[in-house]
Amino acid sequence: MSTATNGKRTLVPLGPFHPLQEEPEFFQLWVEGETVVDLDMRTSYNHRGIEELSSRRTFDQVPYLVERVCGICSASHPLAYVQAVETICECDVPERAQYLRTIVLELERIHSHLLWVGLAGHFLGYNTVFMWAWRYREPIMDILEKATGNRCTYATAKIGGTRRDIPDDLMSELVRAVDSVAGPTEMLTNAVLDDPVLHARLVNVAVLTEADARKWCVTGPTARGSGLPIDVRRDDPYCVYDRIDWDVITFPEGDVMAKAKVRLLETLEAVKIIKQCAQQCPSGPYDAEVESIPPGEAIGRVEAPRGETFHYVRSDGGRCPVRHKIRAPSFVNVPSFRASCIGQHVADVTIALAAVDPCYSCTERMAVARDAETGETLQSAKALFELSRQRTRWFEQQLGVEPFDQRWAPRLRELLA
Amino acid sequence: MGIGHMILALVFASAGTLALGLAAKWVDRKVTARLQWRVGPPWYQPAVDCLKLMGKETVMPAVAQGTGFLMAPLFGLAAASLAATMLWVMNLQAAGFIGDAIVIVYLLTIPALATIFGAAASGSVHASLGATREMKLLISYELPLIIALLVAVVHTGGSLRIAQIVEAQQSGSAVFLSCSGALALIVAVFCMQAKLGLVPFDQAEAETELMAGVYTEYSGAPLAVIFATRFLLLATLPILLITLFLGGIQVTGWGLLLSVVKFVALLVVITLIRNTNPRLRIDQSLRFFWYTVTPVALIALVLALLGRHYEVTWL
Repeated sequence: MSTATNGKRTLVPLGPFHPLQEEPEFFQLWVEGETVVDLDMRTSYNHRGIEELSSRRTFDQVPYLVERVCGICSASHPLAYVQAVETICECDVPERAQYLRTIVLELERIHSHLLWVGLAGHFLGYNTVFMWAWRYREPIMDILEKATGNRCTYATAKIGGTRRDIPDDLMSELVRAVDSVAGPTEMLTNAVLDDPVLHARLVNVAVLTEADARKWCVTGPTARGSGLPIDVRRDDPYCVYDRIDWDVITFPEGDVMAKAKVRLLETLEAVKIIKQCAQQCPSGPYDAEVESIPPGEAIGRVEAPRGETFHYVRSDGGRCPVRHKIRAPSFVNVPSFRASCIGQHVADVTIALAAVDPCYSCTERMAVARDAETGETLQSAKALFELSRQRTRWFEQQLGVEPFDQRWAPRLRELLA
Repeated sequence: MGIGHMILALVFASAGTLALGLAAKWVDRKVTARLQWRVGPPWYQPAVDCLKLMGKETVMPAVAQGTGFLMAPLFGLAAASLAATMLWVMNLQAAGFIGDAIVIVYLLTIPALATIFGAAASGSVHASLGATREMKLLISYELPLIIALLVAVVHTGGSLRIAQIVEAQQSGSAVFLSCSGALALIVAVFCMQAKLGLVPFDQAEAETELMAGVYTEYSGAPLAVIFATRFLLLATLPILLITLFLGGIQVTGWGLLLSVVKFVALLVVITLIRNTNPRLRIDQSLRFFWYTVTPVALIALVLALLGRHYEVTWL
């Protein structure tokens, strides 16, 4: 355990594995007493190289890959990509497909926001909220499975339309499922608004002011909770959001409570949107034929539950995208911790870290260090492997066991023979 | 009471209280699970949790002060068993000595002190943060608890002998049936929740902030001992409250049923509080105990004194 101290400061490590988050991330909180005076974070314990992988898949295979950028935003990422490609090939997406896409996106928003409410409860030690929110979310997961075949990674986005239709009888079942969520969400919202103990923990905690929100370029509920009324669905409409009656939820306070209120009320807005979509959805084809992707470049933007998801795609007319750049919302939301968390209690920082609903798998980046003069790569893969081997040899020496090669080489030879 | 008798009483009372604590923990977990639409564990789960830990390796952090780190849980367990034994003997055999109420309060402070000591000895940052929180919590709830105890003492004739507090309640009426007694009971329930380290006062453990806070570095048998101490306390503290405010414990005739009802009622209160609240911040709990609970306890004490002076029994 690290007990690094620097004067009066003590380092409290949250991570790389910590009950606060499900993913590997490392927050270094410098504390004086219980007050956090500085913090730093590291991610990329689990870099998967999705952008690179994307350039080795055909245009039609990429949605399958980018669905796996994030398990929760698995409708938003492929849709952002698909929209970018559709802009390149100037294809007309059938009307029905637009409605079906909106429905899946909003179902995803409901399940993601309720998931966050539950997790926020858990982070505050309020496990009843955790279990209740997740139970109310379950009908949405079930209907997603019925409509798309999966609870997450829905595999519906396709260049030119959607991969599956939602038949009419399923549509009415879908509306019933969505309706069953509205009541409990209102109940949860009122419970959050009325509970004095929750108020003590959430109001005026880790405030991200509007100026800071602009400075750190945050998006999604994090921005809207700080009084920045930005929402891609309204500002740059896609699918059918410009034809539907709904509101952008904004609260000016910037504290954790505001972010909670934004998410809870957005869930109710999503219910509204889905019901209108189900009502207005025209019959007809849900998929357009796309022959080939011409050379060109385009961007696609989607308002994911956590904020704006941005995809850039460049095509040279071949089978695969030559460049695919992804920027997930957590990548811009996560650094705003420096503005909201410094000066707060350790207890408040943990809930503040959770309040932006961070998703570290989306945030993973790889850095390459180069020598400024020679341009040579420092710490290349080869050097890292060598370091790893050195560490193994050091452990073997410390533990007094036979070196790995000697232990396994004969067995390997045996197996190969 | 001979020394042999004492040892027997200690062994049987501790084992009995531990069994009761395991049952109480199971009820707590099961009720919590049902509240949260879960199935919940089988009745023997708390016991097998403990047994399994007994068989696990004890990992010592390289920076820990070994002796203190390992001894602390044992001190906590010893104090909790002694307190439990004393309470049983006082309730059932009316034995005791003048001032034993003070001794009980001291003994029940030791598990918290031992936790602080062990956490400080473990050399972990999370544990040391947890230890400072446990210390602040101890400072915040100990005073109102003592004042609440004094209310019971005033009501039952001013004796610091617990056996007499029980006797006075059984011949007269239970302490909580008066205004001041009811207030003192409410105060004591909050202090009990804090002493048990349950939500909203689980800041010292605070899983999602400090991993396991004060218990972060414990593993294997020492962790099992800590579990056992907590199970003991989960039975002992309700018994203390029953003894002081609810007319004591009997094991014969209808008294047994009544005692079980009292115990379960307190357990339900504990479970309800822990499932309908988020964790408070440590400064918020300190403020809560000093500025809300302690004044209420003082009001109860003043009411009790007035009632005694003017011989108004309902005050």
